[in-house]
Amino acid sequence: MPTTAPAFADATASDSALRRFLFGLPGVDAVGLEARAAALGTRSIKTTAKAYAIDLAISMIDLTTLEGADTPGKVRALAAKAVNPDPTDRTTPRTAAVCVYPDMAATAAAAVAGSGVKVASVATAFPAGRAALDVKLADVRDAVAAGADEIDMVIDRGAFLSGRFLKVYEEIVAVKAECGEARLKVIFETGELSTYDNIRRASWIGMLAGADFIKTSTGKVATNATPANTLLMLEAVRDFRAATGVQIGVKPAGGIRTTKDAVKFLVLVNETAGEDWLDPHWFRFGASSLLNDLLMQRQKLSTGRYSGPDYVTVD
Amino acid sequence: MSENNRLGVFKTYKLYVGGKFPRSESGRVYEVTDSKGQWLANAPQSSRKDARDAVVAARKAFGGWSGATAYNRGQVLYRVAEMLEGRKEQFVREVAASEGLSKSKAAAVVDAAIDRWVWYAGWTDKIGQISGGANPVAGPFFNLSTPEPTGVVAVLAPQKSSFLGLVSVIAPVIATGNTAVVIASADAPLPALSLGEVLATSDVPGGVVNILSGVTAEIAAPLAAHQDVNAIDLTGADAALAKELEIAAADNLKRVLRPQPVDADSASDSEDWQASPGTHRLTAFLETKTVWHPTGALGAAGSSY
Repeated sequence: MPTTAPAFADATASDSALRRFLFGLPGVDAVGLEARAAALGTRSIKTTAKAYAIDLAISMIDLTTLEGADTPGKVRALAAKAVNPDPTDRTTPRTAAVCVYPDMAATAAAAVAGSGVKVASVATAFPAGRAALDVKLADVRDAVAAGADEIDMVIDRGAFLSGRFLKVYEEIVAVKAECGEARLKVIFETGELSTYDNIRRASWIGMLAGADFIKTSTGKVATNATPANTLLMLEAVRDFRAATGVQIGVKPAGGIRTTKDAVKFLVLVNETAGEDWLDPHWFRFGASSLLNDLLMQRQKLSTGRYSGPDYVTVD
Repeated sequence: MSENNRLGVFKTYKLYVGGKFPRSESGRVYEVTDSKGQWLANAPQSSRKDARDAVVAARKAFGGWSGATAYNRGQVLYRVAEMLEGRKEQFVREVAASEGLSKSKAAAVVDAAIDRWVWYAGWTDKIGQISGGANPVAGPFFNLSTPEPTGVVAVLAPQKSSFLGLVSVIAPVIATGNTAVVIASADAPLPALSLGEVLATSDVPGGVVNILSGVTAEIAAPLAAHQDVNAIDLTGADAALAKELEIAAADNLKRVLRPQPVDADSASDSEDWQASPGTHRLTAFLETKTVWHPTGALGAAGSSY
């Protein structure tokens, strides 16, 4: 499998080699990490910089609906919003993608066709990931066949937490092989990994296995993306590029609801991974209600008066 | 230790937003003096972001408060009057200092304010009868009109009557189920900020009343232009400011209550707050919903429903 960077070929040779490599990663200074994330969150971003940040954040959104109650109509409405987020202001950038369940991928693909908005589909028995590998791979094949440009997979947290790292690694490799042209985002569900050290280890497993993106969470558990765990993953992709030259994207998802939060994440990106990641190709927000807040802030900047939820669409 | 050696404990007056007592987001305060210019306290000087946060809190509280039964709102408002009664001395002191009244006159004003609150508490489940009802129509329909609260109301409290006037503008707004963002009198904000403490310890849900102190024009301008504010009461504005705010409020068709005449010079506090208030402040922030209910075909055999 050519996905693993040559520099780390030994690391994934066997379960024990991978374990040795992961436990050889430097430990995370939890207090320092949280302090740095909090400190970077205090930057004051105003006026033109804020306008730039808002437009950038809109263009980085994976506009998401992952509900049991999703209907084709709702997905089409969401796709229309992704293509044209604010019909009253055509200068508003479109979002990066719409993110749906595999059975809705075809509907979404038809709705965004020709607009430049990508279709991301979750797969591999999202959000729990508790299914046989064959079933997960079939799920991925199904989504890719339906026209998904990006696949959001979940790792097997049960295997990870019980120390079977190679199983996690091989599963990602197998899913990557099914993806074909589609870009692969690997979700760690950081809220279930217990420690920052585990998040760092999971990041490296994902990157070694050929992920195009590493993603914090599904949005389905209590703790989702936080500035600290996103900062940690940004450090991982920075270090990985320094070691191998391969750039990998980061996607925090879940719990990012306000413009202020989004701008804080952009500051983290700029200060940690650098400007190269300030691009929808390399950084995404998994969000749904965030877009409305960004649009209201955008309207405030352009008109000078505070906007309200009556002036943006509900979904 | 003798009584004279005791250090004074000064009160930090704070805003009341969303049921909490924040300082101004801007960190600013300004000096509040009594009618003779003696320093009383520092009050927070709110910024437009405090106004924005207050609107968010008021909007969040609107569903619950407007959805409560009128009977329940009446009980809650009566509870506020009970709480005011218990803290009467403090309000008498603050009103006497800020308005330059004698203690007995200030006590009369506070009594009137508590009575005013009780009076409005009684109106919650009666306003529907006087401003709504069955309409006679020429067709086979029951036609019923019923008043509904307008939404988030920005209230510019009177500048001179710092407590009776304040109560007289807040109580009618929330009695009918609206939520309020109140700008206290700029020179005499202390009774308003203390009222926040009373509301917090009554059963009024957080966010139903939000109280801001500071420069009236600075806070009122963003509220008047705010797209998520449904109405504005311009009682505390002078003529020039009222005109400016009314223009800004037209942008999203806010309901505007402008008591002062259009050509008045500045006398914004000409209203006699001691007089019986009538119901115009209750009806100012209501929307009328009318329902046409078919009675069914009136056939040869008579009514069929």
